[in-house]
Amino acid sequence: MSINTKNVSIKVEEVNKITSKYMGEEPDYIALLQEIQDKFRYLPKDALKICSEKLNIPLSRLYSLATFYSCFSLTPKGKFEIHVCMGTACHVRKAPKMLDKISDHLHIKPGETTKDQNFSLETVNCVGACALGPLITVNGKYRGNLTVNQVDSILKELEEQVE
Amino acid sequence: MKKKVISICCGTGCNASGAGTLFSNLKKKLNNIKDIETEITVKNTGCHGFCEQGPVMVIKPDNIFYRQVRPEDADTIIEKSIKRNEIIEELLYEDPTTGKKIVKEEDIPFYQSQQRLLFGYNGDINPRDINDYIATGGYEALKKVFENMNQEDVIKEVKDSKLRGRGGGGFPTGKKWEAAFLTEEQDKYIICNADEGDPGCFQDRSLIEGNPHLVLEGMIIGAYAVGASKGYIYVRHEYPLAVNNFSHALKQAREYGYIGENILGSGFSFDVKITRGGGAFVCGESSALVASIEGKLGEPRDKYVRNTEQGLWGKPTVLNNVKTWASVPFIINQGAKWFTNIGTKDSTGTMVFSLTGKVNNTGLVEVPMGISLQSLVFDIGGGIKGDKKLKAVQTGGPSGGCIPENKIDIPLDYEKLTEIGSMMGSGGMIVMDESTCMVDVSKYFLNFTQEESCGKCIPCREGGRQLVEILNKITQGEGKEGDLVLIKEVSKTMQRGALCNLGRLAPNPVITTLKYFKNEYLSHIYDKHCPAGVCKDLISYSIIEEECRGCQKCIKSCPVDAISGVKKEPHSLDQEKCTKCGSCYEVCPFDAILVK
Ligand SMILES: Cc1cc2nc3c(=O)[nH]c(=O)nc-3n(C[C@H](O)[C@H](O)[C@H](O)COP(=O)(O)O)c2cc1C
Ligand code: SF4
Ligand code: SF4
Ligand code: SF4
Ligand code: FES
Ligand code: FES
Repeated sequence: MSINTKNVSIKVEEVNKITSKYMGEEPDYIALLQEIQDKFRYLPKDALKICSEKLNIPLSRLYSLATFYSCFSLTPKGKFEIHVCMGTACHVRKAPKMLDKISDHLHIKPGETTKDQNFSLETVNCVGACALGPLITVNGKYRGNLTVNQVDSILKELEEQVE
Repeated sequence: MKKKVISICCGTGCNASGAGTLFSNLKKKLNNIKDIETEITVKNTGCHGFCEQGPVMVIKPDNIFYRQVRPEDADTIIEKSIKRNEIIEELLYEDPTTGKKIVKEEDIPFYQSQQRLLFGYNGDINPRDINDYIATGGYEALKKVFENMNQEDVIKEVKDSKLRGRGGGGFPTGKKWEAAFLTEEQDKYIICNADEGDPGCFQDRSLIEGNPHLVLEGMIIGAYAVGASKGYIYVRHEYPLAVNNFSHALKQAREYGYIGENILGSGFSFDVKITRGGGAFVCGESSALVASIEGKLGEPRDKYVRNTEQGLWGKPTVLNNVKTWASVPFIINQGAKWFTNIGTKDSTGTMVFSLTGKVNNTGLVEVPMGISLQSLVFDIGGGIKGDKKLKAVQTGGPSGGCIPENKIDIPLDYEKLTEIGSMMGSGGMIVMDESTCMVDVSKYFLNFTQEESCGKCIPCREGGRQLVEILNKITQGEGKEGDLVLIKEVSKTMQRGALCNLGRLAPNPVITTLKYFKNEYLSHIYDKHCPAGVCKDLISYSIIEEECRGCQKCIKSCPVDAISGVKKEPHSLDQEKCTKCGSCYEVCPFDAILVK
């Protein structure tokens, strides 16, 4: 059986398989949610419902974890997830200007996804490659030592890949 | 047969600049050569520390240091440097102060004043090969412990070494271990805090990625000392390579009998589990971290009961930072006395700093405690970028403070840093020059802590918001008389009333900048002027006619068409249209754009 939620169709069996690993005495719900998110790139509502029923825990508990920890997303992500590092080292090297530029270009604010589902823009508090600051990651891949102006060409390059 | 090792840094930084492709190019190339008398190994290692120069490589045994090596350089390196022992000039590091090219790793000023203990072996170790670690004397300390030392002996050695926790507070490690050891409970836990939430810090990451067994060996020894059978390492989810390398290390250590049941026949059993963090800064705080491992929200609790009495699942728990665990094998191998000879009387051993910001040499720097900040920034860091002047050094991350230029000769130890209002913290060190606005910096940190506050207690939740609001107004030109008094009052309330150190230490950045850079606050409030030219609402951009050569670079970069002019003639800038994005300032090759 599969349920269609907007863009991603989640396979009930897949969720069941993941969930069954967490049925022990001290189930680690955060790890469970991480695994589900790794699978679908966000936490689909239907998947959470399945977990809640199978593990017999309130859905609200899963939601409170999902909203407390910043690694979780309750909405689907774009094809390209852009994270702009706003850590201190990147900040002093003009990361905020870079963020503005990307945000202007894509017409979305941090935390949002473009209507066509192609781009998501996020901020992160340091990815631990500070010597390369300012930097962004695109689907986890690092693009370091950027200038504000290089951002344009990166975005253009990505837009071409989308088409 | 002669042996040569090409050690390539494949740490996160260098990888981002193409080290992975370089590594496979070299491998491919080497596989095709048969006719030389030297045995050559290419080694994929963790971070060498000098990340900004990445990708970096060292050819051993001569220690020839190449930097900014591109994947396509693989051929030349083999043909020249390996086959014919020639030096490739273009790949050498050039000293920015003297302009001289330097051949050997150890002659580079960045490495010269360092004492690399924890990071010393990174260049010799492939983090995915336990034998590399063993070849550097790895797991000898563990054997020594099992053969000659009981639990009390280990704890005494660590106490005598005066090792202090490297996660920020500097609590004596031996004391913490002893407290857990002395409890009646049978079940105990140890935890390695690898959350590294401080923005601008990457030393814990580099250590787990580059030398995971060192951290693991420290943890096993600690577990033996306190009598714990299970350990956790809590790694940020932003650090996938660290998670991978550590998992791999666990697997190998299990195969070799260093963890698991009846380790090395000692009768002692211990295993480690990896937990991925959820991206909340507050989870670095010890009680919040414990809650998070238990699968709960990462909210701190009051500390009248310590983790060493009731921690994870209510059992005695020892929680230490990555660097703290990694120091343990050295102390066991070489003795407490040797360790106390490094550093100062009360701050022993080495400290690893992430040196970043407006400094020439950025990267990871390991120095004996007590070295002066001056030496760190100027000898190792190579001074300030461009022709700018040093303004301040921020240490200790969001809980720390700014050290002004006139205090640059202070020795770096726990007490001295606290005395002048800053902190050792986890070792972040950000160098700031004249173009940094101190009001903006403190606004940045307060914003950070406010966003990361868990919201459980009012002083932190509301106080943080107040401070951010006041600072926002000041930087927007709406500061008023009395703001500074209010800042101090709110800060005091947070320092006294917040539940955990996130809230208690959050005001530090604004308090130290107020102490040392009060004038900057005053000119924002009374003159509506940002001396560093940073705060958007208080500055304007214009073109200096005499300097402008009409190259038109700025026109192309301006997103709102605020600049106009004809080629080779001075341009003009329309203040009305300008959104103050600063792009034109960045691109102008003739410094013709004025920020005021
Ligand atoms: C808000 C907050 C965040 C912290 N983040 C970290 C961290 O990322 N890594 C760390 O080792 N310690 C962190 N600490 C300190 C830990 O709570 C704890 O004191 C430390 O890990 C103990 O280890 P140590 O004795 O080896 O320093 C943080 C503390 C606070 C209050
Ligand atoms: S001080 Fe802040 S982070 Fe700490 S418990 Fe209170 S609200 Fe949470
Ligand atoms: S600051 Fe930005 S908007 Fe203003 S003129 Fe320069 S490029 Fe254009
Ligand atoms: S980039 Fe500088 S020099 Fe060139 S036209 Fe613009 S202001 Fe003039
Ligand atoms: S501050 Fe951006 S990677 Fe660390
Ligand atoms: S990542 Fe290569 S030197 Fe740090």
